[in-house]
Amino acid sequence: MEKKILDKPFVRVYPELCKGCELCIDACPPQVLKFHEKFNSKGYHYATYIGENCTGCGICYYACPEPEAIVVYKKGYEYEGEEVA
Amino acid sequence: MASKILQKPEAFYKRYERNPSSDKKSPHYCPGCGHGNVHKFIAEALDDYNVADQTILISPVGCSVFAYYYFDTGNIQAAHGRAPAVATGIKRAHPHSIVISYQGDGDLAAIGTAEILHAANRGENITVFFVNNAIYGMTGGQMAPTTLVDQYSTTTPRGRNPHNEGYPIKVAELISQLEAPVYVERVSLHDTKNRNKARRAVRKALKNQIDNLGFSLVEILSPCTSGWKMDAVPSMKWIEENMVPQFPLGVFKDITDEVEPYERPEMDLSAQDIKKALGLEVVESESFEKPDFPNKYKNPEIKVAGFGGQGVLLLGAAMAQAGMLEDYHVSWLPSYGPEMRGGTANCHVNIRDIEVGSPMVTNPTVLIALNRPSLEKFENDVPEGGLIIYDTSLIDIEVKRTDVEVMPLPATKMADELGNTRTANMITLAAYAAYTGIFSKETLYETLNTAIKHKKFIDINKKAIDLGYEFGLKSKLS
Repeated sequence: MEKKILDKPFVRVYPELCKGCELCIDACPPQVLKFHEKFNSKGYHYATYIGENCTGCGICYYACPEPEAIVVYKKGYEYEGEEVA
Repeated sequence: MASKILQKPEAFYKRYERNPSSDKKSPHYCPGCGHGNVHKFIAEALDDYNVADQTILISPVGCSVFAYYYFDTGNIQAAHGRAPAVATGIKRAHPHSIVISYQGDGDLAAIGTAEILHAANRGENITVFFVNNAIYGMTGGQMAPTTLVDQYSTTTPRGRNPHNEGYPIKVAELISQLEAPVYVERVSLHDTKNRNKARRAVRKALKNQIDNLGFSLVEILSPCTSGWKMDAVPSMKWIEENMVPQFPLGVFKDITDEVEPYERPEMDLSAQDIKKALGLEVVESESFEKPDFPNKYKNPEIKVAGFGGQGVLLLGAAMAQAGMLEDYHVSWLPSYGPEMRGGTANCHVNIRDIEVGSPMVTNPTVLIALNRPSLEKFENDVPEGGLIIYDTSLIDIEVKRTDVEVMPLPATKMADELGNTRTANMITLAAYAAYTGIFSKETLYETLNTAIKHKKFIDINKKAIDLGYEFGLKSKLS
């Protein structure tokens, strides 16, 4: 399969794994995370990426207490198959 | 970090199968709980140093009691406060493992104060992560040893008053005063800069252990959103404004550049070596053939009861010893409750064809009562068809039960006539063996060699066995 390289950083928050504590939103330097207006099944407004200007700094990842709610893809990340973003 | 992706570390399980949650992917921690961050830092470091497979994490009591749900490492959950003691044992037995004691403030600084101080003082080569959130979180927000002065908790409703509850215990300062610890730092989770420092401290503390440098402790100021009744973001501000002034951050001790690595040699734990170290003679005793005897006497659960000085415990131990010589599975459990003097001493003995599950005997199929209180106390515990042997020279009542076998035996009187009252226990043992047929006389003779400490008493005890054996055979026929 063809190797692809991510040309701009990306952050994904898994809605069902987010507990809506807001620490990532508070910590994000470019302020590109916000609460989604919807609730997840646990009843939390979950954090979500506004879709642009993520710098891939990883600060949200370390601010987040959940093991896998947030995944940060940095620029230059190599992947195959489905698009990251 | 060279990696181009930040995602769940491999040192976490893929799914948390033990976690009762439905999705098996979310930890049980409250939103914004600092345990999650610390877990992540540890898991990431375990990945980076590639030591997860040799790591044993000791979970404490507290919210992080379930840390073993999440870490794909070896896991042990210790009794409250005892994690450093358990960690010591694991590390000593497996010097090449990486042992982490993960503890909260109630666990480490209250009930476990002794354990942590002494583990630190011995300089155990372990890593302690001390999550300090200034409150008992799991139990609903009571005052912890680290609760701040004036801080509200359910047990300090007017705020912690030093005149009543003392001052918060500063663990990092305390531990750093000891000689042995190599690295002690206090960090905080309240903002990005401090989270990074915390992450580095976690890594360093683990690396110290990998390098065999000694004891490291990292105290982490961490939010308890539920206990503090705050949202996560304000709780971070609360740490900064309230906790940090009372718990100053920084490295309190770091002698990692000065100490020489010390690798503890593997211990040889074979039974032979332990015996040698204790100066015990290793006796190879031959095993004896099991005599044929009635099924109703097989697999006896025995209780021997009397008063101190009668050789109650020795009688039980000798029974177990005889059982071992005939290749049975045996157990012997002495039990001398609070009434050490003047009351009953007793022991529980199992002699079984299969492994003994519990050494406790609550309903003895064989009760050996050597004084009246013992007979009165345990008579009714014997199941129907059981056997009661009692010393008629000391017990002036009769067995009331009619649904059990009874062997009245004047053991003490017989022993007295033999010339040593203390042989009453061996007379009883032999009478029991002969009556039921469980042990041959040869087995009993051999038992004396290990049961009797002073060789000069062996002869008279042999005579006691002859006497008791004869008595037992006679009782069987009558």
